[in-house]
Amino acid sequence: MTSVVKVTVNGEARELAAGSTVRALLEQLGLGDTLVAVERNREIIPRAQHVSATLNDGDALEVVHFVGGG
Amino acid sequence: MNDTSKDDVLRLGEFTFRSRLLTGTGKYPDNATAKAALAASRCEVVTVAVRRVDLSVRGEGSVFQLLKEGGYTILPNTAGCYTAEDAVRTARLAREMLDTPLVKLEVIGDERTLFPDVPATLEAAALLVKDGFTVLPYFNDDPVAARRLEDLGCAAVMPLAAPIGSGLGIRNPYNIEIIVKHAGVPVIVDAGVGTASDAALAMELGVDGVLMNTAIAGAKDPVRMASAMRKAVEAGREAFLSGRIPRKLYATASSPLEGVIGSDH
Repeated sequence: MTSVVKVTVNGEARELAAGSTVRALLEQLGLGDTLVAVERNREIIPRAQHVSATLNDGDALEVVHFVGGG
Repeated sequence: MNDTSKDDVLRLGEFTFRSRLLTGTGKYPDNATAKAALAASRCEVVTVAVRRVDLSVRGEGSVFQLLKEGGYTILPNTAGCYTAEDAVRTARLAREMLDTPLVKLEVIGDERTLFPDVPATLEAAALLVKDGFTVLPYFNDDPVAARRLEDLGCAAVMPLAAPIGSGLGIRNPYNIEIIVKHAGVPVIVDAGVGTASDAALAMELGVDGVLMNTAIAGAKDPVRMASAMRKAVEAGREAFLSGRIPRKLYATASSPLEGVIGSDH
């Protein structure tokens, strides 16, 4: 059991402490108070599960938000 | 039909709106201008895009916060998607954030024109309708595609007037009119409007609404243009409901022909 997990967030490699949750990742990214949606390996992780879902080695995450657009 | 009556509303799925002007929120010089322009437009529906969070920069508060505070109905788009799969993913991400069934479906087929990929749009529309979305698809001003989209269960059809951001206006009013005549769902002209007369013309053709972004956000004075667009959409709607006079080749006097001074007969 390693002490870190390697994931990609929006295409960027990141290392997180093993057992980190989605919520912990978002807080680490300064997105604790931002409305975002998170996809892991192309599956949405519902907001209600952010506190419980732990990240696994090799997870590819997409973190998106709303921006101005037409 | 009533003229400006309160019964004249735009229905999109389960939603009802008084304003027939829908606006985008992109390309504004800053949030303050966007806020003022949206207020001047008196729109109720605003579009937003879904994008990756930029992890390297923390910009000013997102335009989204301002929209929530303004009480707008938010219409997420799938702009920038080139496949049905990406459009569906994007729509689901938006719904995850907002719990809204609304989606402005865009599946682009060509970078230069930003014209839609119609087969992919149909494919995505079918998937999204099945998944419970209120689908408002952007597509060419093609009456056959309009019918297909409606048959799939889209809540409206949104033909372009001209390429996105081009400001060329209503390039094929006849196709728009054919779409309007046969549509059983609202028709919203989406994209291509350049100035107020374009919006008025669209409404005079009988469309149910106009969606625009660049025409307002890219104007020298976006706030004033937003106000102009509001008036144009309202004027065009009223003109349409009023039933315009037929076009005639020769004059018909407006003043009585009898009793003109110096008449000896």
